[in-house]
Amino acid sequence: MTHPADGPVVVLLDHHTVDGAPRLRPPVLELLTLARGLARHTGAPVHAVALEPGLAAAAADEVGRYGVTVVHDVTVGDADRHLTPVAAEALAAVASRAGASAVLATSTFENKEAAARLGVLTGAGVVSDATGVTREDGEVVVSKTVFAGTWTTRCAITTPLAVVLVKANAVPAEPVDAPTEPRTEGHAVTVSAGARRATLTGRTERAATGRPELAEAQAVVAGGRGTNGDFSAVEELADVLGAAVGATRVATDEGWIGHEAQIGQTGVTISPQLYIGAGISGAVHHRGGMQASGTIVAVNSDPESPIFEIADFGVVGDLFDVLPQAAAEIRRLRG
Amino acid sequence: MKIVVCVKFVPDIQADRRLGQDGRVVRDGGDGTLNELDENAVEAALALAEAAGDSEVVALTVGPAGAEDAVRRALQMGADRGVQVLDDALAGSDVFGTVTALAAAVRRIAADGPVDLVLTGMAALDGLTSLLPAALAAELDLPQLTLAAEVAVEDGAVRIRRELDGASETLAAPLPALVSVTDQANAPRYPNFKGIMAARKKPIQVLALADVGVDPAAVGAAGARTRIVGSSPRPPREDRVLITDDGTAGTRLAQYLAERKLV
Ligand SMILES: Cc1cc2nc3c(=O)[nH]c(=O)nc-3n(C[C@H](O)[C@H](O)[C@H](O)COP(=O)(O)OP(=O)(O)OC[C@H]3O[C@@H](n4cnc5c(N)ncnc54)[C@H](O)[C@@H]3O)c2cc1C
Ligand SMILES: Nc1ncnc2c1ncn2[C@@H]1O[C@H](COP(=O)(O)O)[C@@H](O)[C@H]1O
Repeated sequence: MTHPADGPVVVLLDHHTVDGAPRLRPPVLELLTLARGLARHTGAPVHAVALEPGLAAAAADEVGRYGVTVVHDVTVGDADRHLTPVAAEALAAVASRAGASAVLATSTFENKEAAARLGVLTGAGVVSDATGVTREDGEVVVSKTVFAGTWTTRCAITTPLAVVLVKANAVPAEPVDAPTEPRTEGHAVTVSAGARRATLTGRTERAATGRPELAEAQAVVAGGRGTNGDFSAVEELADVLGAAVGATRVATDEGWIGHEAQIGQTGVTISPQLYIGAGISGAVHHRGGMQASGTIVAVNSDPESPIFEIADFGVVGDLFDVLPQAAAEIRRLRG
Repeated sequence: MKIVVCVKFVPDIQADRRLGQDGRVVRDGGDGTLNELDENAVEAALALAEAAGDSEVVALTVGPAGAEDAVRRALQMGADRGVQVLDDALAGSDVFGTVTALAAAVRRIAADGPVDLVLTGMAALDGLTSLLPAALAAELDLPQLTLAAEVAVEDGAVRIRRELDGASETLAAPLPALVSVTDQANAPRYPNFKGIMAARKKPIQVLALADVGVDPAAVGAAGARTRIVGSSPRPPREDRVLITDDGTAGTRLAQYLAERKLV
């Protein structure tokens, strides 16, 4: 199958489970918005792919509000859909069947693995951690930040099929004026032996925290060694802001908070509108995961801390004084 | 057991990193190092080799002149020998070009005795793409066990545990297999004086593309599926404020956020 420039832009639907039912993750709506912009250049349609049973039906109305015309509902037989090589083959099958021009997915570790294999399977060019994607002179052009958010690069994908992994908060999600009624297309994909050489012997999904997901939150309040293990001030401020809670590796290594809260080069990369770091020195490994944030606030008792080099608003002070006072003032301003 | 560990030479992340006119990483030399996260891969290779006994650890890199420093560091830590794929035609490779060269080198290493395990780091701290391990597993048609926070080999099988954003997973596969490890997997050993001296005598084999049977057109800028069209440093943050808490800093912070419509 060929991949003409006006072939569909296919978006992988990421989900989480809410009350036992699959639900779209918010960054998917941003992806659908970007996909529409990309598709507009060639008059291509926007399609969606669901790998989770029940997701296609559960998400149909919502993706319709974002202009999707076809939802590909994929089953993989007795293969395990959680294995990323299996997801890669499912995506390859849909991209080929639909004659896709581009595949878009969120930039998670799992999707990076699936995209890398998809690239090997299809010959597609792959760019991860994108902050934007357009078409220029016929080519898909992707922007991304590198070197801990200190540089922006733009690169063209020169293959007929382009695979782009987009970071959360790249664009605001915008529904279409006139919702579509997407058609569902079923695909039963036969997965190769090569994709099943490793077996998933156990999988435990993490219970939801009730707070926004770190990777996709609009605001994040993070704590480091300076909390000395007491995250209550960090959590209080996060909750008045509706923010996610993050941490440095020191805090996760100490067991003060789960490893999934680690922000940085070996943890979660975030780019929220607002990042507040408290009791965090701003080591290069941590900065690599948050420096692309919109507004950076730092609260640290040491004026020499490197985090102040990148802070828009820095407070030299004790986090146990500053954070509760800020939370109280925000409550007061809200009335 | 024969283990190949993939190591990359990257600009020091503590140094000032920049891109040139051509959009490629400026490599002035001097301030490059072994990618920090590959130290975890080397450590895992050495620990598994020690546990299995009668093993060989080969440190492999694809990179320009100077990149052998990364291999040398792995040898100092305890790897037995090194292989560098070095060829002018590799300049400008994207992940798939690098994978083509690495896979060909692994096959070449396997020609004189099968490779049981290919180990990589979780990401190269220059590009931070984390695409390579899965692509290499696909190219070599090996089971893919990535982002291992724990890895063990027993009875011809490898098992890992990995922590994802939303789930914790365990995976298993028969050898041969490809495993990428995170910085949680272990604490890399620091080369001691003996290790540093011993490394001087360990061989680093340099292979050109022709030696590993790779068509130069398939790699480098010629074979790349992406092309940089522009790059620029992020403009400095403006109107930055730094205050010292006089008892009102929390209130001022809240007001700052409110003015910027961030609350
Ligand atoms: C391979 C590798 C990968 C790594 N990956 C990551 C990563 O992904 N993410 C990450 O975060 N780290 C990572 N690290 C660790 C990183 O190098 C730093 O060690 C870590 O980020 C420091 O955490 P911290 O800022 O909490 O602690 P510290 O550097 O100890 O800083 C604590 C700060 O708290 C301040 N403080 C103390 N008390 C108070 C108070 N009452 N009020 C206000 N301020 C106070 C102090 O002035 C100090 O600046 C990695 C390291 C390695 C080697
Ligand atoms: N040029 C290279 N030579 C050898 N190994 C590499 C090279 N590039 C990447 N790797 C390996 O692949 C891992 C992930 O890199 P990346 O996908 O580029 O972030 C690294 O930790 C290395 O183990």
